[in-house]
Amino acid sequence: MKYLPLLVAALLRRKARTLLTMLSVTAAFALFGMLDAVRVAFEAPESLIGIDRLIVASRFSIIQPLPLGYLSRIQSVAGVKAITYANWFGGVYQDPKNFFPNFAVDADTYLAMYPELVLPPAERKAFLDTRTGAIVGQALAEQFGWKVGDKIPLQATIFPRKDGSNAWTFDLVGIYGVSDPALRGLERQMLFRWDYFDEGRDPRYRPGTVGWYAVRIDDPTHASRVAGAIDRQFANSADETKTQSERDFQRSFAKQVGDIGLIVTGIMGAVFFTLLLMTGNAMSQSIRERIPELAVLKTIGFSDLAVVGLVLAESGALLVLGGVAGMALAWSTLPAVRDLSAGQLDVTMQPQSWELGLCLIFLIALAVGLPPALKAKRISIVDALAGH
Amino acid sequence: MPWPDTEALVGGLRKPLRASGLALAVSVGLWAWFTAPLMLLAPVALFAVWLIASTQGRQVLAIAWMGIVTIPQRLGATSVVLVGIAGVVGVFVALQAMAEGFEATLRSAGDDDTAIVLRAGADAELSSGLDRAAVTLIAQAPGILRDDRDVPIASAEVVVVANLPKRSTGTDANVEVRGVGREVWLLRRGVHIIQGRRFKPGLRELIVGRGAQAQFRGATPGSVIRLNNQDWRVVGVFSSGDAHESELWGDAESVGAAYRRNGFQSVTARLVQPQVIERLAAALTHDPRLRVDVQTTRAYYGKQSQRLTQVIRGVGTVVVVIMALGAVFGALNTTYAAVAGRSLEIATLRALGFTAVPVVLAVMLETMALALAGGLLGAGVAWAAFNGYQVSTLGSNFSQVVFQFDVTPALLLQGVQWAVGIGFVGGFFPAVRAASLPVIHALRAQ
Repeated sequence: MKYLPLLVAALLRRKARTLLTMLSVTAAFALFGMLDAVRVAFEAPESLIGIDRLIVASRFSIIQPLPLGYLSRIQSVAGVKAITYANWFGGVYQDPKNFFPNFAVDADTYLAMYPELVLPPAERKAFLDTRTGAIVGQALAEQFGWKVGDKIPLQATIFPRKDGSNAWTFDLVGIYGVSDPALRGLERQMLFRWDYFDEGRDPRYRPGTVGWYAVRIDDPTHASRVAGAIDRQFANSADETKTQSERDFQRSFAKQVGDIGLIVTGIMGAVFFTLLLMTGNAMSQSIRERIPELAVLKTIGFSDLAVVGLVLAESGALLVLGGVAGMALAWSTLPAVRDLSAGQLDVTMQPQSWELGLCLIFLIALAVGLPPALKAKRISIVDALAGH
Repeated sequence: MPWPDTEALVGGLRKPLRASGLALAVSVGLWAWFTAPLMLLAPVALFAVWLIASTQGRQVLAIAWMGIVTIPQRLGATSVVLVGIAGVVGVFVALQAMAEGFEATLRSAGDDDTAIVLRAGADAELSSGLDRAAVTLIAQAPGILRDDRDVPIASAEVVVVANLPKRSTGTDANVEVRGVGREVWLLRRGVHIIQGRRFKPGLRELIVGRGAQAQFRGATPGSVIRLNNQDWRVVGVFSSGDAHESELWGDAESVGAAYRRNGFQSVTARLVQPQVIERLAAALTHDPRLRVDVQTTRAYYGKQSQRLTQVIRGVGTVVVVIMALGAVFGALNTTYAAVAGRSLEIATLRALGFTAVPVVLAVMLETMALALAGGLLGAGVAWAAFNGYQVSTLGSNFSQVVFQFDVTPALLLQGVQWAVGIGFVGGFFPAVRAASLPVIHALRAQ
């Protein structure tokens, strides 16, 4: 604590330099915060929710549906505790720009399979009782100003109705929230009933089929065994299946979009390399100017270690103040980014981004502070005071 | 005296007034530079003439030259500015080149001479569907060019998605498989077989696009690909220079049979001339037996690239603005330090009778020259590393679109524009500081 005034004095010695250095650190970490949030969002949240779920889809391609008849055959596989199914709908609300996932689900079993979707009991009952019913997430309802009781028209892009028209209308009977803020992405979905969808679709679009099954297993450690058992059931049939954990299923999608992680790492590599040079340069300048002062400190009895500590504390303070401010800036502007992009770019900074950022702050502070600190340690009092 | 003494002028004003004046000058300069850089050409030329012809101009050059030749003494600090600006420009050029490449790949797949017919409401081929009767009606519509046997040049196509492992990750990715009609070679004239031969109609044979061959394991002539549990032989490679290079092509009837389909996704037809599109669209959309949308392939493929390019451009701009801010702070820091280090030299010049203006201009010239060098470095590195770099992403048919980064000269120029803008801001404030240093103090301080 007693060194604090010294530290403050060192930072305030050249206010403009300290401020500018800190601002460049802030800019770098603001960028880091935003980009890392995007990276984390693409790599699917690491949570325990859904660890016991498998997804069964067609082995051949994402566009091939599976027969509804597989339901009981999957259910009979040892280790399967519960099962539900869904079908991608791909409907458009008013304008293709308003994209959000919407799909048909088997209402009762789907809500049981996904307890992270929290629906008030009365609305849940309404969903089970209304054939034309649909439920949406809180975030989506807010974006479009929907209330329970509204009629929501969707324009079909894949499945026309029996009469050939593309206009499907659903009754909004419930608005769900999520149990964990990290899963907020799930609030941008619309779910409606598969039986209504199946009855209404053009008979040429394969009624009686579903897009995928979701399965709960009794023990997550048996995932690969159960997945293998399911796939063997349907081997060499007209509709072979591919069963994988829900997380692998999501990751395979993210991978198809592209290597977001690599792009983010590339950009941040360039940014942090520059930052290292910039702050390193500012720090070494500041120490060079203060050599006589450091010599005085040593003369009056400061140990070498104390001097090293002071210099490191200075670089640490620069990085921590600037870096935390930058990440806080990113954290507070991401909601604005979401609103600007009409909800399409909806990411938030997760604890893991903060942890990674703090690690980086620590490492960069060390890399930037260590060379001038060692230089300060080596100062010979006599030479420095004599002005050599 | 031809020039007013800025020191006396500036000194008389209050500090906040002066600060806001400077900020205004910088904003106006930046605005002009980013909105209409060409408009600045004339003033810049005049400035160059003034530099060479007038005494003051030669003073500017002399001071700037002194700054530039002493750069090796301040190598560490100078390289910080150089690398910082190169980084901004490099990232800018790379991200924009990605957007540019994706857009160009899809854009060149479309033109005004061909039209695509989809089921009404479908936003991509994959979600469209047309039955046999509809396909026959569409091919006979007015305005479609016919070959020398009087067959309409139209291809009814089946578009499906298959899983193939990507070479880079080894994991399955969606590949677009397109079953095409017999007239496709007259329809898409840019398609050429570059290896092997064409597939034979009725057989389970495929040809692969050049991009698909590079991205997916097993997409090479001679190998066998499993489509819906059937073996298909790859017999050739084609090039087209557009989005079709990401696809696998086979005979429409065979591909449809493999996926148990008895219909098609789209009909693409060559028009007699671009103007007939309206007549064709009217004829098809008013036919009570059909429910279809008709558009030129240019309009269709233009829409397909819109969303992703907008995202990349938007994100790219945000990233670059933040990076540029960081670089401006770095440049300011370094230039302030350089000015402070040379305060004795600058004060001496002032004592010798140099006015403030040449000092300001010289410091700015030096910083901007440095920024220009950084910009050229960044643009050069981005060009060398990324031009033609091939990647793929998920397109609107829910399958991979292979494209190359396209580092265009326009992008390189824009990158340099950013660099000079950063140099302008980073040099302006320290230059004003240099000119307003009290001469006596600076001389005495040493």
